[in-house]
Amino acid sequence: MSYLKPALKHPGLPKNALGFTRRDYEGSISTLCAGCGHDSISAAIIQAVWELGIEPHRVAKVSGIGCSSKTPDYFLSSSHGFNSVHGRMPSVLTGANLANRDLIYLGVSGDGDSASIGIGQFAHLMRRGVNMSYIVENNGVYGLTKGQFSATSDKGSKAKKGAVNNDEAIDLVAMALQLGATYVGRSFSGDKDQLVPLIKGALAHQGVALIDCISPCVAFNNHEGSTKSYDYVREHNESVNKLDVILGRAPITAQYAPGDVTEVTQHDGSVLRLRKLHDDYDPTDRVAAMNYLARHKAMGEIVTGLLFVDPEPEDMHAGLGTVATPLNQLGDDILVPGSAALEKLNAALR
Amino acid sequence: MKPTDISAPSYFHKVVDCQWACPAHTPVPEYIRLISAGRYTDAYMVNWESNVFPGILGRTCDRPCEPACRRGRVEEEPVAICRLKRVAADNKDDVLARLTPIPETKNGKRVALIGAGPASLTVARDLAPLGYDVHVYDAEAKGGGFMWTQIPRFRLPESVIDEEVGYITNRGGVTTHYNTRIDSLKGLLAEGYDAVFVGCGAPRGRELDVPGRAEAAANIHLGIDWLASVSFEHTTSIGKRVIVLGGGNTAMDCCRSARRLGGESVTVVVRSGFEEMKASPWEKEDAMHEGIPILNFLVPKQVLHDAGKLTGMVFEKVKAEYDAKGRRQLVPSGEPDVTIPCDDVLVAIGQENSFPWIERDIGLEFDRWGLPKLNESTLQSTVPNVFFGGDAAFGPKNIIWAVAHGHDAAISIDKFCQGQDVADRPDPLVKMASQKMGIHEWSYDNDVSIDLRFKVPHADQAESLRSIKAEVELGYDRELAFKEAQRCLNCDVQTVFTTSLCIECDACVDICPTDSITFTDNAEEDALRVALKAPAINKHQDLYVADGLKTGRVMVKDEDVCLHCGLCAERCPTGAWDMQKFFLQTAKTTNGVTACASR
Repeated sequence: MSYLKPALKHPGLPKNALGFTRRDYEGSISTLCAGCGHDSISAAIIQAVWELGIEPHRVAKVSGIGCSSKTPDYFLSSSHGFNSVHGRMPSVLTGANLANRDLIYLGVSGDGDSASIGIGQFAHLMRRGVNMSYIVENNGVYGLTKGQFSATSDKGSKAKKGAVNNDEAIDLVAMALQLGATYVGRSFSGDKDQLVPLIKGALAHQGVALIDCISPCVAFNNHEGSTKSYDYVREHNESVNKLDVILGRAPITAQYAPGDVTEVTQHDGSVLRLRKLHDDYDPTDRVAAMNYLARHKAMGEIVTGLLFVDPEPEDMHAGLGTVATPLNQLGDDILVPGSAALEKLNAALR
Repeated sequence: MKPTDISAPSYFHKVVDCQWACPAHTPVPEYIRLISAGRYTDAYMVNWESNVFPGILGRTCDRPCEPACRRGRVEEEPVAICRLKRVAADNKDDVLARLTPIPETKNGKRVALIGAGPASLTVARDLAPLGYDVHVYDAEAKGGGFMWTQIPRFRLPESVIDEEVGYITNRGGVTTHYNTRIDSLKGLLAEGYDAVFVGCGAPRGRELDVPGRAEAAANIHLGIDWLASVSFEHTTSIGKRVIVLGGGNTAMDCCRSARRLGGESVTVVVRSGFEEMKASPWEKEDAMHEGIPILNFLVPKQVLHDAGKLTGMVFEKVKAEYDAKGRRQLVPSGEPDVTIPCDDVLVAIGQENSFPWIERDIGLEFDRWGLPKLNESTLQSTVPNVFFGGDAAFGPKNIIWAVAHGHDAAISIDKFCQGQDVADRPDPLVKMASQKMGIHEWSYDNDVSIDLRFKVPHADQAESLRSIKAEVELGYDRELAFKEAQRCLNCDVQTVFTTSLCIECDACVDICPTDSITFTDNAEEDALRVALKAPAINKHQDLYVADGLKTGRVMVKDEDVCLHCGLCAERCPTGAWDMQKFFLQTAKTTNGVTACASR
């Protein structure tokens, strides 16, 4: 088995604004099963970060446990990383973000890590509005333990050996919308044209962004009767819009008929241009989005695309009134103000 | 685009750039792998089958394979294919028992070969195992032709020539008639040969035509004649100041030989620009490395002499100008003439064919350039039982072309003698075999080395300049050879795609280190080439297109810079990608014979 990807690359590979090629954003070679959807998501992350021209050292990638949570090893090898305890990525990431809000936070998790053991953490991170991109690599199955149903397996779907799932599925997108997430999307690992812009938009978003990415498990959940297989998702995928992320200086070239395009300017100046694929879909209306999703879920559709975005999000720091400077850049005199300051604080609390 | 027909042998053959570029289509990656494995004798035999003179070619080949090598497109330099061939020859064991056996029983057909150079010797090698009674005629005292007379010993030791010529002439079936010049084709045909092959080369050096040439003739020599004379040791010295005219490999051999026979100040003078010189870049490099300057854009104007004693040459400075059609013309630059004093001049400005010994009344037709009219694929002349090959056929080329002609001519002669249609050419021998050993295991070494090309060690220069016979290149030792062999990308191990197995998971697209695979909507080739994950700008390289996918898209693989690392197949969950070794041996009379012998 190859354990190194050859360093030789295509001589005509384009470079981004920093002079890096896409290959400079890679990690070590994947040890996941061949054909795993997660590897496609890793490739999409690499593509998105490269296209945005982000310096790798400005990214912190944090994960929990599971197939999905192994993947940060396979991209952005020059970025900061923390592989935490099962289901505890949100609290570790929240802590990191509190200490240093200058970094771009990328949380990578799976359906087990986020919808089962870590569902409490997931919920609280969403409602706190931590400025981060939360990618759930959702394959609807416990792959590492050989194929049991996970909390996102659809009711009525079949396991590889034929067992039928009797439990209702947790829909992380619906939860995120309900819990106040300010950027919510769903995508499919097999559709990079949709996924890469969604990740770019999430990285540029200055609030909590969730991407629920259906990622087929080739080993245990890619069979007839599964609702997370390549074939099923391709057949039932209903994309509500097509996203282009436009950074400040990029020229606008394509022309669209009025009414076909919605443009959302985010707080950082980036423009999310959404080409409508479903006429009646408005991605800036949270309640409408929740209704739409519920309606179409009942019709057996997997709704994908950028489902909701709040262009003026508030993040956790705004609520807490924390200092803007990362703690590691503050001097001891500020970080440790002395016993007089402690006395004063204690007194205020009595 | 239409889906690619991978069942046509030429498709995958083209992917093996080196083999495709080799006139004799030597299975290069196959023998390089054998060298890596330390199986030098096997590597030698793979070569011997195809190119007949591995030891000679491993030192002297014009290496059309190397500019074609895929490695040169993904890093700085191609694999040192030629010098690896020499490694196989240098390190092999006794191969006599493995050579194609020569039968005791003859088939009753007699064939005469004119000239004992690479073309004729290849014909002999291919016909003797079939029971032909082969007669080789050459005016010189031993076999080898230009390989012996034109290539200096410091590049190609005599022992190497003798050994490889001996594999053909000393095993029965071949009778040599050395020191025998054929003065009449008519006469030879009258001796009742069933077929005659003309492999006499292009034996005449082109003359210099400037004032003073005739007067100073004593010190002006034709390059190829002078080199032959040096080879025969008739010439053992030359003046201190030498001018070599010409920019081909013969000129390089002349100047380096002159340097070893007493030429202290040797200068090469060429009409064209340095870049357009015909000599191989490495031969120019070797010459310059020995302190020989190459002066360009100088056209000979006059030979200076003092009452018949050569004193120097005058050259006119020219510059290149291009007309609307891009054709180059050399026009006077207006700068003052250049005079170079000298004691000897070697003229190596080209070679010509010369067939004074072929009677013009025997039905053998020539074209307006004085070359025989031939069928390009059968090499048959207008006299049905006379065939041509090597430099004698289409003008001066090189050894490896002569070998390729020899194989083709042997097939023609065999067919002709057996009363078959000469135009009906046999198919090459083609094999495809999966290299899969286990889930992630391949039977070839798919690790890609990132080493840059290793230099071939040279002998100490002061030492080698003292002797015309001391070989300059020492060849790779086994350790260096292994490292250099590891640079080969195994382009013959092909990526083979089976649409029906593909689930379009993108794993191959994501892992490919050179972004060679794309799944996209089909389009015309030009549109497709720019729509791929990395643009496919090298139009000499094919796109591999497969349709029939569930999403209606096509799989497009740009063959251009594929590393053949097998990662696409390793990461494919369904085995839709497989790595299959493509082996092609061009049609030869001996293909069947060899197979029988090894069975």
